[in-house]
Amino acid sequence: MSGYVEGVIILVCINVIAVLGVSILTGFTRLFSFGNAGFMAIGAYASAILTTKYGAPFPVALVVGPIIAAIVALGLGKLTLKLKGDYFLITTLGFGESVRLLFLFAEPITGGARGLSGIPPKTTMFIAVGITMLAFLGAWNFLRSKYGRNLMAIREQEIAAEAVGINTAKFKEYSFMISAAYAGMAGALLAHYYMFISPIMFNLPKSAELTITVVIGGLGSLSGSVLATILLTVLPEIFRSAAEYRMLLYGLAVVIIIVLKPSGLMGYREFSLRPIFTLYERIFKKNNPTQTKGDGK
Amino acid sequence: MPILTITNLHKHFGGVKAINDFSITLEKGKIYGLIGPNGAGKTTIFNTITGIYEPTMGEIFLNGKSVIKKAPYEISNMGIARTFQNIRLFGNLSVLDNVIIACHADAKYGIFEAMTKFGRFKKNEEEIKEKCIKLLQIVGLEEMRDDTAGALPYGHQRKLEIARALATNPSLLLLDEPAAGMNEKESEELVRFIQNIHENFDLTILLIEHHMDFVMSLCDEIAVLNFGSTIAMGTPDEVKRNPAVIEAYLGGEDDA
Ligand SMILES: Nc1ncnc2c1ncn2[C@@H]1O[C@H](COP(=O)(O)OP(=O)(O)OP(=O)(O)O)[C@@H](O)[C@H]1O
Ligand SMILES: [Mg+2]
Repeated sequence: MSGYVEGVIILVCINVIAVLGVSILTGFTRLFSFGNAGFMAIGAYASAILTTKYGAPFPVALVVGPIIAAIVALGLGKLTLKLKGDYFLITTLGFGESVRLLFLFAEPITGGARGLSGIPPKTTMFIAVGITMLAFLGAWNFLRSKYGRNLMAIREQEIAAEAVGINTAKFKEYSFMISAAYAGMAGALLAHYYMFISPIMFNLPKSAELTITVVIGGLGSLSGSVLATILLTVLPEIFRSAAEYRMLLYGLAVVIIIVLKPSGLMGYREFSLRPIFTLYERIFKKNNPTQTKGDGK
Repeated sequence: MPILTITNLHKHFGGVKAINDFSITLEKGKIYGLIGPNGAGKTTIFNTITGIYEPTMGEIFLNGKSVIKKAPYEISNMGIARTFQNIRLFGNLSVLDNVIIACHADAKYGIFEAMTKFGRFKKNEEEIKEKCIKLLQIVGLEEMRDDTAGALPYGHQRKLEIARALATNPSLLLLDEPAAGMNEKESEELVRFIQNIHENFDLTILLIEHHMDFVMSLCDEIAVLNFGSTIAMGTPDEVKRNPAVIEAYLGGEDDA
């Protein structure tokens, strides 16, 4: 496989991991964040500083980066999650930019605007794909447990969620922390793929891109998020010349989606082969009743 | 000991005294009705009991423990479940998931067990699913368990809300106009249904309803509310004969 294709696959993986986190936060909890690039930055810098300045092994950096991001999210969440939706969004936006500026000004540690270089190239395709699969599986299972269901309850009807005994504040914190941990993991992998990071890589457009990807994929569909990430990462690579218009195209895509299909590519559904089978059954087995229900009670 | 005691409850919204010195004592195991004209403050009483509003004044005790200043989820975990006048289901989720969500306290596994499906996860989830299917059978929605909750007919949505409330294992159930939008036959069925769950789940029930026949045939005791204050309290027969009730209630029905 050519190095170029490998590189694109690694980039897709990194973006998928970050988007999965936003998908849990926005698609399943209905909390909008425009600061998740900030958590990517925290994961990237924390892990890179560990491996370059302290000689820590890569796996340690991969664990510590996301954990630090999650701890920061817990602190920020405690302060801001009680605010109403729009205000929470604004604070995440402010947070993302503050983190970027912090890394910009902490020059002795981060290299400031010149960036941090000399990071060991540890993110191989094998590692990126492996971690992405684990991240997807973890998110998938999480969403099909009481944790995911509680988040969806908050998304659907917060008052009813409280009324059935769900500590909505706590579960919003969980959602925020997980999204931060995923972003942190993406950042750590990114740092050890590019071997160089600078604050500008984690700016507001990056945060916006993550959230937009989730919206395009369909709020409430994990596989939709993955599909959208692949499309939005690969297409600009194919149409290199149009890469400058990336944000414009994203904006256009969002407008088109909101007008034509507000639920995104996948709506609340997950990608599966089931509809194809159903279609097949409908066409070829028209005369057979598909299924008879149990005892009819 | 009474299961719920409310003493001198007040709730003001600016100048509006939605609840104005309301008191009631609920004995364990009985069915109580709360009636009164539109805007009398009935739903507001439910919202204060369940912690959505903090009362302006007064006390509410569940089994001797105050619920004031507690979060709604804490009050739910103390054993109070409710339905809503304007139905609040998890609309985009399946009927079964609506009930399963309310069983979150039965799920004892941790976050890593959930992500990896290790340990207690599978068995625990099986038990919860079984419990919820039984609940759906009881309310007669088992056939529709995979349907989207928000797409159910109105009457079914009301029953699903009751199933969801029961899933939290409550000792006190608050029903806000459970028969709203139902015809005579449906609301007669609902009477039997509520009697059924009252017995089988060992419940105390407080319900708000405008259908008089419904309230009269179901409740052991009825409190009549007007302008946030109790104007009468007693058995259905006592309340029916009370002149203050007749006046207030008929006055209320006129503009309903
Ligand atoms: N959140 C609120 N803010 C301001 N006023 C409110 C609020 N909730 C209720 N009220 C007012 O309090 C009064 C009582 O309302 P409530 O909903 O409790 O009446 P109700 O007895 O349930 O009536 P209905 O039979 O129509 O449901 C009304 O005048 C209502 O406008
Ligand atoms: Mg009401």
